[in-house]
Amino acid sequence: MASLFEYAPAPESRSVVDIAPSYGLFIDGEFTEAADGKVFKTVSPSSEEVLSEVARAGTEDVDRAVRAARKAFEKWSALPGSERAKYLFRIARIIQERSRELAVLETLDNGKPIRETRDADLPLVAAHFFYYAGWADKLDHAGFGADPRPLGVAGQVIPWNFPLLMLAWKIAPALATGNTVVLKPAETTPLSALFFADICRQAGLPKGVVNILPGYGDAGAALVAHPDVNKVAFTGSTAVGKEIAKTVAGTRKKLTLELGGKGANIVFDDAPIDQAVEGIVSGIFFNQGQVCCAGSRLLVQESIHDELLDSLKRRLSTLRLGDPLDKNTDIGAINSAEQLARITTLVERGEAEGAERWSPECELPTSGFWFAPTLFTNVTQAHTVARDEIFGPVLSVLTFRTPDEAVAKANNTPYGLSAGIWTEKGSRILAVASKLRAGVVWSNTFNKFDPTSPFGGYKESGFGREGGRHGLEAYLDV
Amino acid sequence: MSDKSEQQRLSVFKTYKLYVGGKFPRSESGRVYEVSDSKGKWLANAPLSSRKDARDAVVAARKAFGAWSGATAYNRGQILYRVAEMLEGRRSQFVHEVADAEGLSKSKANELVEATIDRWVWYAGWTDKIAQVVGGGNPVAGPYFNLSSPEPTGVVTVLAPQESSFLGLVSVIAPVIATGNTAIVIASERSPLPALSLGEVLATSDLPGGVVNVLSGRTAEIAAPLASHQDVNAIDLAGADDVLAKELEIAAADNLKRVLRPQPVDDWRAVPGIERMTAFLETKTVWHPTGSLGASGSSY
Amino acid sequence: MPTNAPTAAPPLPDVASSDTTLRHFLHGLPGVDTVGLEARAAALGTRSIKTTAKAYAIDLAISMVDLTTLEGADTPGKVRALGAKAVHPDPTDPATPSTAAVCVYPDMVASAKEAVAGSSVKVASVATAFPAGRAALPVKLADVRDAVAAGADEIDMVIDRGAFLAGKYLKVYDEITAVKEACGTSARLKVIFETGELSTYDNIRRASWLGMLAGADFIKTSTGKVAVNATPANTLLMLEAVRDFRARTGVQVGVKPAGGIRTTKDAIKFLVLVNETVGEDWLDNHWFRFGASSLLNDLLMQRQKLATGRYSGPDYVTVD
Repeated sequence: MASLFEYAPAPESRSVVDIAPSYGLFIDGEFTEAADGKVFKTVSPSSEEVLSEVARAGTEDVDRAVRAARKAFEKWSALPGSERAKYLFRIARIIQERSRELAVLETLDNGKPIRETRDADLPLVAAHFFYYAGWADKLDHAGFGADPRPLGVAGQVIPWNFPLLMLAWKIAPALATGNTVVLKPAETTPLSALFFADICRQAGLPKGVVNILPGYGDAGAALVAHPDVNKVAFTGSTAVGKEIAKTVAGTRKKLTLELGGKGANIVFDDAPIDQAVEGIVSGIFFNQGQVCCAGSRLLVQESIHDELLDSLKRRLSTLRLGDPLDKNTDIGAINSAEQLARITTLVERGEAEGAERWSPECELPTSGFWFAPTLFTNVTQAHTVARDEIFGPVLSVLTFRTPDEAVAKANNTPYGLSAGIWTEKGSRILAVASKLRAGVVWSNTFNKFDPTSPFGGYKESGFGREGGRHGLEAYLDV
Repeated sequence: MSDKSEQQRLSVFKTYKLYVGGKFPRSESGRVYEVSDSKGKWLANAPLSSRKDARDAVVAARKAFGAWSGATAYNRGQILYRVAEMLEGRRSQFVHEVADAEGLSKSKANELVEATIDRWVWYAGWTDKIAQVVGGGNPVAGPYFNLSSPEPTGVVTVLAPQESSFLGLVSVIAPVIATGNTAIVIASERSPLPALSLGEVLATSDLPGGVVNVLSGRTAEIAAPLASHQDVNAIDLAGADDVLAKELEIAAADNLKRVLRPQPVDDWRAVPGIERMTAFLETKTVWHPTGSLGASGSSY
Repeated sequence: MPTNAPTAAPPLPDVASSDTTLRHFLHGLPGVDTVGLEARAAALGTRSIKTTAKAYAIDLAISMVDLTTLEGADTPGKVRALGAKAVHPDPTDPATPSTAAVCVYPDMVASAKEAVAGSSVKVASVATAFPAGRAALPVKLADVRDAVAAGADEIDMVIDRGAFLAGKYLKVYDEITAVKEACGTSARLKVIFETGELSTYDNIRRASWLGMLAGADFIKTSTGKVAVNATPANTLLMLEAVRDFRARTGVQVGVKPAGGIRTTKDAIKFLVLVNETVGEDWLDNHWFRFGASSLLNDLLMQRQKLATGRYSGPDYVTVD
């Protein structure tokens, strides 16, 4: 970063959001304490400041919430689709109205830069509700036969990396199709879901249609296992996804899973280099790399390896790490101490296995959870950092010589969520894209999302699709 | 030599073999089991497949996957239609086997064999249409074009229905391979002969070896290693009872196989929906930037 | 202060040994993805430049303005007023930096020289049958020599877009080297591509390299006379080109976006592009310029706002 032109701090105003000292569970349209009275604290990852104390759902609360959702299902599913649509449109509009507040809230609770919550998360959240609102009265035309029926009560468990966006991906299609919902946000990021509960109240959504249960893994497990849940949707780690798949085995519960990934970002020698560098950066450093579809493996054609690495390193030196509320921050905080520890362990393993570690000069704040953008070079397929999902700002750089080799290496993983292709040759894009075993392939771009576009994985990255017409299927009895 | 005409000709028995990788091996175990008709009359011995046969079948199916999934949909349709043509010529054999297997009259069995042939024709026509029905372009809000297309999941283990030895069998195989998957089929445990004979038809229908692999034996025994096999992508539990289905679904979770749970089927002759195809399809969405023709956007 | 490129030998001389070698070189440059380039430029446009950073950026931007008048109606009086404005942009605040240059037609160079005499302000002159460039080479060269003889410190030439689009790269190259020679050692050469007419980003990258290979001291987007002039995206692309050119040859070349930059907000966005693409080596009016006229008054009003805390108005800056 040039020292001549230092950007003065440009913090987004924190006063646009009013966080209460404590929050309850949201069950049957009311905020309520946990049955056993348990609470937990949610902290701001960038400062470790306690933001609020939140009720912690237990098994009894799960049961209460599922019963509320079951009770609400009868009327909700019987509503004309056009009426359900209007509720969802209302929600979409209120989210747009309150987007600055929600962006600041999300940045505080999650640690991601305000630039991202403002320009990516919140617009996508509103768009997702807007998109599925329109489906609610058109399900007859969605390709699942006439009058497809909802499943019933959907139990949904979401992660901490895009708290409100993952909520939108879960709740919008569920409600549009006539299901009712019990959703458990992640324990490190419960706040935006609780604010969403308030939005449901503002929208006049009938009681019990949406229930929000902040809590830990035990609450998630209880929700998934609850006998009166008809549909389970989970976004999170592959390990937990496998447990859930076992839990629902032998039941009639419909299951969709969005799990981990180890996306390959393939750069050919005829790539538009400057844009490829940008795509590599957004592929792995967007949201501090805490993205299931991150392009965490850079596969670069050997003939341009050195040149590309020089460009990439130069670009990384301009990344601005720091206060997530500063509008000029590119890299925010890691979401939790646990996640930071996991990243640190895997990076140390990478070094121990002989990969070469590099980070730009980068001063880390003294409080909060931080990890500098990191590159590993001299990485082979055998290295742990090339195989395990790190879920952090860590890029492993591998080389290839031919398109065949690139495809073979890209596919050489149990995961299959995302991939990138950078080349100016159109036919190569199509040929390589068709060979990649991944649910989302970005050619000459990366980490783009859109409510109309199905998203989801191959292999151990999960099954089912979220977004688009395809996303309806998970919530319909078809 | 008048007694010559009275002497009955001794028929030639058929040795039923597995169909794996386009070849007809005996079970690696060297074992067989007795197959009898609905009245308990011995019909033939069938190979009793082992874990190793299952493993070999996975290798064959995986090997065949690249070319089969990469073949044009038109080509796959032609081959599936060819299967129907070949079956048409061997109707009497299958009528005989189905009648024996399911204890049906010749005319009833004939009806089922005809329905089975027609089922191949039905799926032959699907190969180049399913992508248009379940895929398509998405109106992205931004300077991008993206296209969602269905792609085959990969290697699919199919537990064929236990009762419907031929129509049920084909009704679960055809949708799997029509879209480009390759299959390891566990034949009905009690009535495996039509399935093993189908292998002979497939072998002469231009279907590449390994696309369909047929194993006979104890369903639970063969299915267990396939359900947990890390190189199998999906499993159709049509032929499993509730207890076995749950066990297999749990085992399948280890590598997150796509699982099609057993569903009650009243009448296999009913026109199938597309669910048996979509159960083993992945949606891939490929994004491309569009942008303007010129460097200066819409000003030109 | 970094020095100008040596005028003697153009870098990478072999590249221009024939039309074929030149074409191969230019077409071998990495392609540009339109959407990605524009997205990057737009993302940098969201930087929030406040308080001290804004004050620095405004003064820097003022010091980088090539205050321009290129009208058929230009007169010595108009040019004198412009010169005075360039030297003392804000008469109410002598701490306001002078602009980098005034930019005029060749026949106004003498008047301009007089108006800025004794100051740091340079006189730039458009030449080579500006803006269309549709004249024979001897005419263009005479135009240049005329301006240089009148004391121009900088020559802003236009390339032959027709020849470029027809693929006659060597013709464009030769014209630039001839103009460069006509500039002698006293005048720095800015090469204008008229990016709006080149139309594609790939062409802009090729033109940038072509200009630099032929000895340009500055590469400049446009004349200000067509529909689309400087944009954040085409300027970002040209910044990438000068960055890569220096990495390849060791020669530093300046960049001048011109036309369409009217507000302080716009100007700061361009400075952010410079800062985050090529860095502080270019954050100086020796290496970066704004070709503009109305921009200056907006910068001055914003400068007054920062100093006084209240919004200024057009009556509090001079009309020239």
